[in-house]
Amino acid sequence: MNRQEVPIELISTDGLRIDGRRLDESRPIKMEVGVLDKADGSAYVEQGKNRILIAVYGPREAHPKHMALPHRASLRCRYHMAPFSTPERKSPAPSRREQELSKVIREALEPAVLSEYYPRTTIDMFIEVLQSDGGTRCAGITGASLALSDAGIPMRGLVAASAVGKIAGRIALDLSDAEDKQGEADMPVAIMPKSDVVTLLQMDGNLTYEEFERGFELAVRTCHEIHEQQKTVLKERYLAIKEEVEEKSEPRKEEE
Amino acid sequence: MTLYVEKKQLVAPGEILAEGDYVSGENTHREGEKIYSSRVGVVEIIGDRLGVIPLKGCYVPHVGDLVVGRIVDIGMSGWIVDIGAPYPALLPASETFGHRMPRSRMDLTRIFDVGDLVVSKVLAFDRTRDPLISNRGQGLGKVTSGRIIELSPTKVPRLIGKKGSMISLLKRETGVNITVGQNGTILVSSKSPDSENVAIQAIGMIEREAHTRGLTDRIQAMLRTKMRGEHIESARSTY
Amino acid sequence: MSSTPHLPPVAAIAQKTVTDMLALGRRMDDRGLHEFREMKLEVGLIERACGSALINLGKTKVMVGVKVEEGQPFPDTPGEGVLTVNAELVPLASPLFEPGPPNENAIELARVVDRGIRESKAIDLKALCIEQGKKVFIVFIDIYVLDHDGNLIDASSIASLAALLNAKMNDYEIENGQVVYKSTLRPLPIRDHPVAITLAKIGKSLIIDPSLGEEQVMNARLTITSNKDGRICAMQKGGTGTLTVEEVRQGVTVALSRAPEIRSRILGAVGM
Repeated sequence: MNRQEVPIELISTDGLRIDGRRLDESRPIKMEVGVLDKADGSAYVEQGKNRILIAVYGPREAHPKHMALPHRASLRCRYHMAPFSTPERKSPAPSRREQELSKVIREALEPAVLSEYYPRTTIDMFIEVLQSDGGTRCAGITGASLALSDAGIPMRGLVAASAVGKIAGRIALDLSDAEDKQGEADMPVAIMPKSDVVTLLQMDGNLTYEEFERGFELAVRTCHEIHEQQKTVLKERYLAIKEEVEEKSEPRKEEE
Repeated sequence: MTLYVEKKQLVAPGEILAEGDYVSGENTHREGEKIYSSRVGVVEIIGDRLGVIPLKGCYVPHVGDLVVGRIVDIGMSGWIVDIGAPYPALLPASETFGHRMPRSRMDLTRIFDVGDLVVSKVLAFDRTRDPLISNRGQGLGKVTSGRIIELSPTKVPRLIGKKGSMISLLKRETGVNITVGQNGTILVSSKSPDSENVAIQAIGMIEREAHTRGLTDRIQAMLRTKMRGEHIESARSTY
Repeated sequence: MSSTPHLPPVAAIAQKTVTDMLALGRRMDDRGLHEFREMKLEVGLIERACGSALINLGKTKVMVGVKVEEGQPFPDTPGEGVLTVNAELVPLASPLFEPGPPNENAIELARVVDRGIRESKAIDLKALCIEQGKKVFIVFIDIYVLDHDGNLIDASSIASLAALLNAKMNDYEIENGQVVYKSTLRPLPIRDHPVAITLAKIGKSLIIDPSLGEEQVMNARLTITSNKDGRICAMQKGGTGTLTVEEVRQGVTVALSRAPEIRSRILGAVGM
């Protein structure tokens, strides 16, 4: 509850950040899929103090009907923060920031979804931030890809996201909330690693071209690492069941 | 021509399956020379045709499918039916077996009311129009008794089994009537609620383990244990 | 303005199955009529909140966050802190929920949980007064439904109490009319443990902790909130059906008898 803002040393003399990370070190991410019962697809992402729950419903009938697109599914995205997710209680009503993030997150996932498969329907993505500490839109995008796959929606590929920023004049990976507030730049990036295309890119702050280039390269590399983890998580559950049951019984004949 | 995966391998969306002169089958997509998976699923290779059998997904109607649906609205000349697809199905009054052409909405309500379950066949579907279904035919029409279980439609082929082997096994061991909707809605009906429970448990197990080997044997073992263990009187064929 | 809800129709045979089985004293998931679903209660998962709890009641999942902040008292209670309860039925929890401000269901949920806590005087609001008429602590209870499989009221009420008991606030002193926070923490002034128990009427049976399937075919529901002395502090009948006088009596008796074990589960989860 202490809300005295004391300027903090973002980078110590050892070159370590407030939470002990190196500049090019991302907070470890924990991912789970299939965590909700009612949703068609779901995922849960934890990164540092971030706790994000994502659900996908669809494809389903578009309501109202005039919102339906004739040749493809329309995507809807709602990025929303719980009132208890931030240090000071946040009103549950959607803020302008949440509305902007809903849009850029939707646009980050649009290129990945093979929406032509389901014309005149809607695919809904709901991203609920239960606790936030900087980088929630990236974790939300990473989780939304998982939830879409978990729902069995056909996709060109997965989308992975990571942010870089500048703190105390140095490029750093995955800024926490405190670092973002006192830093000089923040740049979230989302890519579809399968074809190395960028689906989200935003920046606020002050960067030279060289700083941008360095940060961008770092973010893209991190997205590839996140992508490997996404693929593992999606397959894990089924591999675990396979191992569990196939170990017990001897397969006597080839099954279809 | 390079193949990067093998049969029955588990893949995620965007994973590369092959490069070159292969045919891009179901749940795969081609970009230039490369073929990728579009869903989480298991690789299937038939000749030079690559496909992915998905582990989860919504129901997409095919002409001829048997479906179990729920009446959700009554229109001018028929009913709107929820068959679990992203599109509502239309059941025209003219496709109802053995009734004179109804003259009013009251007539329609008397035949099927909102909330009723019906077993129907898909007459027509393409993605530009909502599916058309029909109750004309043997075994189709209103459901009057039984319990409903929902299964992911992608698991229905496994529930049926090669040449119907799995579903016959279930029916034989439990004595329960099972109507399998291709849309993943399954109707089980028996005089014995305990037998129904066993059938439902077996269906749940099939859904969970659909992608594994040796499933038929495990289901058979489970059914025998459960049916014996509960001392259930059921119409079992003796061996 | 409230209108009769337009709900997706439930299959007539599903209704019949549930009712028939209940007449034999059985439920779809093999539970006893007065048996709760399996419950898992975890606290303290959200560090940003002063207190938090996540409940799994069967497949229903609800998260509750408690935040304590400075604010102004209400004019008619200048020496008391403020309690405010809000509930969000976020669309991620169910295909039945749509985005938007809380609808009548979310509002009713929040107010029923609020009533139980307020009427039992579970929070000593006078102890949350900093400066009479000027400054008090406001306790925000935010109920976040994550997965709807029935009985959101009981799940929310249990998780809310657990979150309140889990909550910690900074110790403070008044120096020269200013609030000075110390680094030590203390729990909120909680002195009662209200528990809500909801029964659903289906046919002629009253069942505890209805699942979503049971809620969709029920005539009515009755929620009874009781405190640790077994006194009733809140009640709410819901649904468009009716309850007989005898059913009400029966419901109250059952709720009062089941509350103590739920209460000890909550206390166990928070380490009391």
